[in-house]
Amino acid sequence: MSDALLSDYFPILVFIAIAGVMAVFMIAASWIIGRQKPDPEKDSAYECGFEAFEDARIKFDVRFYLVAILFIIFDLEVAFLFPWAANLGAVGLFGFWSMMIFLAVLTIGFVYEWKKGALEWE
Amino acid sequence: MVELWNDYLWPLIWIVIKILVIVVPVLIAVAYLTYAERKVIGAMHRRKGPNVVGPFGLLQPFADGAKLFLKETVIPSSANRAIFLVAPMLTFFLALIAWAVIPFGEGLVLADINVGVLYLFAISSLGVYGILMAGWASNSKYAFLGSLRSAAQMVSYEVSMGFVIITVLLCVGSLNLTDIVEAQRGMWFVIPLLPMAVVFFISTLAETNRHPFDLPEAEAELVAGYNVEYSAMTFALFFLGEYANMILMCGMTTILFLGGWLPPFDIAPFNWLPGPVWFIIKICALLFIYIWVRAAFPRYRYDQLMRLGWKVFLPISLIAVVVVSGFLVAFDMVPAAG
Repeated sequence: MSDALLSDYFPILVFIAIAGVMAVFMIAASWIIGRQKPDPEKDSAYECGFEAFEDARIKFDVRFYLVAILFIIFDLEVAFLFPWAANLGAVGLFGFWSMMIFLAVLTIGFVYEWKKGALEWE
Repeated sequence: MVELWNDYLWPLIWIVIKILVIVVPVLIAVAYLTYAERKVIGAMHRRKGPNVVGPFGLLQPFADGAKLFLKETVIPSSANRAIFLVAPMLTFFLALIAWAVIPFGEGLVLADINVGVLYLFAISSLGVYGILMAGWASNSKYAFLGSLRSAAQMVSYEVSMGFVIITVLLCVGSLNLTDIVEAQRGMWFVIPLLPMAVVFFISTLAETNRHPFDLPEAEAELVAGYNVEYSAMTFALFFLGEYANMILMCGMTTILFLGGWLPPFDIAPFNWLPGPVWFIIKICALLFIYIWVRAAFPRYRYDQLMRLGWKVFLPISLIAVVVVSGFLVAFDMVPAAG
């Protein structure tokens, strides 16, 4: 079992190592070969030709948080669905109806968000 | 010594060779995808496109690459240096490692793991980190706003992509990519699941920040979005990662809906071509649609984009999960547990 697992996943581990080395190597090589001539004007943050007024870490729209929270809920739901979808034959009718009830509960939540206007971007 | 060579070194070298056989063509494909994009859009605008470097401009991608390689790596003084440099590396890295599980033909796969779809889904969700890190570390308003938009857009469409993948899994009963392709021997899933295939394809457009959903890069307002502060190879890695992701997403669509390496009909003229050729032809056709969409459609507004993701695709795909599973259970067509 563990041998089969190892032989399945070992190539991925090697791939990860190679891809990581390639990514670092490409930036490092370009850094060394290209001519580096930093100066304060060039290194300042871009803001349409004038000095930046303030730091860029400003307040931003709360709706981005809402989207992130909604995403977590629905992505978890998808994660629950994956094993269910692959084994629908094994879990049978009982498994099917359990998941339908779960989906119904989540749908009620989704309708509530919709009515509350959490999905509005006007 | 001979034992060490036979048991450990040679398998390792063989794996490395196989990986290079995947990575090098992917990178060359990325280079020529940029060329194809410029040529095709040029033709659609009745221009010539690149035609100076080499015959028909065929060496243009390499000239661009060499130029970016030799430029200065500008790191803004207000940026978080480490995160700023890691972000493009992460994007590029993630775009490459996803290819480890893609089956190019019957048995032609580096790691035939039994949770292939889950691996692909996980890797493509991690892509958002590269963009968020870039936007945060740049400490520039444009980059910050661009990355916020981009992250929100990518996570929004990922949900409906997940549900669409579930509908395919219901029809297959396995998470293995080879099994998914084999299950389409009788009929490609694009026929019974056509609406899902359309939703998935449009979601991949949004997921890769392509036209008409390229708001993060909206040149007119955010100059270039999250990569505005990047130059030289750091920019090139973002670019390579983004285009490699496009090819990957087309590959995923092909595997899930267009029968992977299977020919359209298993009869004489079609099955003369080997499987990988069919796989590549299908990917190229989808990539052509990507480019065509870019030339043909105007850009979405941000509220329209979010509305499409949350109020149209999410309900449609959620209902589709219920309908498909209900249909399979009602007519006793659930695939046997694998």
